[in-house]
Amino acid sequence: MDFGLSPEQRMLRDAVDRLLREHCPLDHVREVAEGGHAVSAAVVAALSELGLSGIMVPEEHGGLGLGLLDALVVAEALGAAVAPVPFVARCVLAPLALRLAGTPAQQARWLPRIADGSARFGVGLTEVVNRRDGGGVTAADGTLSGSALFVLDSADADAFVIADQGGQLHLVAGEADGLERLPLSTIDLTRSVGELRLDGVAAEPLGEDDGGTANRLVAAGRVLLAADSVGAGDVMIARAVDYAGEREQFGRVIGSFQAVKHMCAEMAARLEPCRSLVWYAAHAFDAVPDEALLMACHAKSHTGEVGRFVARTATEVHGGMGFTDLLGLHYWFKRIGFDRQLLGGPEIVRAEAAALQGWGKRAA
Amino acid sequence: MDLSYGPEYEAFRDELRAFIAENRHRAPAAPGAAQRAGADAVAWQQLLLEHGYTARTIPREYGGFGAEPDILTSRIIAEEFAAAGVPGGLSNQGISMLVPTLLELGTEEQKRRWIAPTLRGEIVWCQGYSEPGAGSDLAALRTSAREENGEFVINGQKIWTSTAHQADMIFCLVRTEADAPKHAGISYLIFSMKTPGIEVRPLRTMTGHAEFNETFFTDVRVPVDQIVGQRGQGWMVANATLGYERGMLGDPAALENRLAALVQLMHDERIDGVRAIDNAALCDRLVALQAEVAAMKFNGLRLLSNSLKGEPGGLAKLIVKLQSCELAHQISALAIDAMGELGLLYGGSRRERAGGSWQWNYMFQLGLIIGGGTAQIQKNIIAERGLGMPREPKLEHARAPKAGAA
Ligand SMILES: Cc1cc2nc3c(=O)[nH]c(=O)nc-3n(C[C@H](O)[C@H](O)[C@H](O)COP(=O)(O)OP(=O)(O)OC[C@H]3O[C@@H](n4cnc5c(N)ncnc54)[C@H](O)[C@@H]3O)c2cc1C
Repeated sequence: MDFGLSPEQRMLRDAVDRLLREHCPLDHVREVAEGGHAVSAAVVAALSELGLSGIMVPEEHGGLGLGLLDALVVAEALGAAVAPVPFVARCVLAPLALRLAGTPAQQARWLPRIADGSARFGVGLTEVVNRRDGGGVTAADGTLSGSALFVLDSADADAFVIADQGGQLHLVAGEADGLERLPLSTIDLTRSVGELRLDGVAAEPLGEDDGGTANRLVAAGRVLLAADSVGAGDVMIARAVDYAGEREQFGRVIGSFQAVKHMCAEMAARLEPCRSLVWYAAHAFDAVPDEALLMACHAKSHTGEVGRFVARTATEVHGGMGFTDLLGLHYWFKRIGFDRQLLGGPEIVRAEAAALQGWGKRAA
Repeated sequence: MDLSYGPEYEAFRDELRAFIAENRHRAPAAPGAAQRAGADAVAWQQLLLEHGYTARTIPREYGGFGAEPDILTSRIIAEEFAAAGVPGGLSNQGISMLVPTLLELGTEEQKRRWIAPTLRGEIVWCQGYSEPGAGSDLAALRTSAREENGEFVINGQKIWTSTAHQADMIFCLVRTEADAPKHAGISYLIFSMKTPGIEVRPLRTMTGHAEFNETFFTDVRVPVDQIVGQRGQGWMVANATLGYERGMLGDPAALENRLAALVQLMHDERIDGVRAIDNAALCDRLVALQAEVAAMKFNGLRLLSNSLKGEPGGLAKLIVKLQSCELAHQISALAIDAMGELGLLYGGSRRERAGGSWQWNYMFQLGLIIGGGTAQIQKNIIAERGLGMPREPKLEHARAPKAGAA
């Protein structure tokens, strides 16, 4: 019995942290974000060097063959560094889709290329969770039409995994005829999301099911977004505590004022249990299938709430400084804001969690 | 992450399940939180002791089962009793707070004398810490003890002493070194509540019951060997007990039980013919609480693993009392809201649900947010010990309190 990260997972975290300290300091994040790219080629290259593009690709296809809990360790580190790299969709959800639903031929074609970084996927699942603003894709005769919104890691993608309205997954080539790719710019300049407009675009079905695979992908994505917020929240708290230990007002450091201490204590008290919750949610995804969907909902919705609290409170501890661009604290604030909405905000996710348990039906 | 227990543990689990199935008819109904255990609960406790299903790793010479320290079997015991909906071993201020303190800091003679009858439910303890002038600032306590002919002679007053009106014994903080600095003048004594000179006056609380008391001491004589730790080192001992108290009050298993009861309630109660659990707004709150309880459960498993590996609990441990007590209060609050007007029924009313226990819990849980170190004091502890933030500057005129009758 051991609840927590294995020595290997801790080593992985250390390695990713070290790499990010070297290649992804805040100055670099700022440079990339302000350049309007949302993707740092240098950091992507460094992560590939560690083999992380193939983290979820089975070993026989040239990857590391690891599980969601391992990927979570990386996601937490990336959140902590507000790293502008496509990870959740490209390195985890796309290979997972192929692992779960791909034919042997599809796997053999794509997985090795994902592992070596030569196939760059974006993943569109938003409409599986909720359809807004005319979003939604329908399939007919091997083609897709409609629009997919908030497709993750889309900017420089050369292929996509897209869910249609029935939850069936499809592979779409990035240069396919009838595909129009439009950028969406969000508050979070460290992540790339886009809109795909499809007009009879040729698509290859990925597996054949009733949406079960899409739901599993959504769950995996939720766990990683939650972990990203835990990593980002950690840093926001640490920065608030450090700042409170330096800044002086009324002749003493503000960290000796109880109002400030209590803000910090509350952030820590609320975030700390989230860490264990996201760990378990990832573990459940890997090893306890019965609980996987529900725990992903819990991790996502609860961390979304706590993340918002940490993001605003840590900013407040910094006073006017927190509101400036100068400190760059807003990169974490926005990252956490992004994590909260993508793949379902807390209310939507809780309604799903209720439905999974047979609650919330308006039946007498 | 490895949440399996291994075959030898699964055999233990099977054995325990068989025991529970065979004996559950002898288990008492869940004991009320602030009441002295009844005869059936005491008999159940003794049966569990005999089989090593409580106090399992406490040495035999102190009345325990004497098994090798093994956190996993303890965990399995907790899991199985919870899953069966049968109360496990007793938990109260004596068993959960004093016993571990004595094991850690008591003399051999004290352990042999006090632990076994406490575990058997024969001695009920109360905690004499707070005083009218010493609540959050516990070290400001003034109840005095002077040494005279091999005895401490105690004078002063305690307040908010839970179960003092039913207790046999008290563990009590007194000021023995009148001239020492505030924290260095305190000693930790244990003595019988039947000692002459003790007067207990029950205090009615907001629940309408008297869960705690005022306790007065007038020339109460206690043998000097009934001190735990050295003279003047009681603050350290007191803090050890407070740590165990935080653990007891923050137990995530209790949260899981309350949540399960809430889910059941929301299945049963109907609003305009619709189950409360199908009301979107109420259901949303329920699922939010469910996620938080899950987080505290896994936080507890993480702490368990840390202790298996001999690693400190850190922040994950310091936050437990604050978070769990708040969450327990929220669970009761939602139950009341789900019942609406019916949630107000109390005091044996017609149509009352669960004996009014949701309202009782809602109020009592607020008491526990205050007791055992208030939420604000917990935040000070988290900030200072967990995050390393600076202490409040001390006021220059703050002096050691004078010992004496309050
Ligand atoms: C149900 C219940 C059971 C109890 N059982 C026992 C028992 O068995 N034995 C026993 O000895 N005691 C017991 N207590 C007492 C309990 O430990 C005290 O009530 C508690 O420590 C607070 O002390 P106080 O009541 O004097 O409040 P105060 O210390 O006066 O606090 C009042 C308010 O001021 C705040 N405050 C005080 N100091 C600070 C500070 N430094 N920073 C920020 N805020 C501060 C508090 O948080 C609180 O909000 C019990 C209390 C309750 C409610």
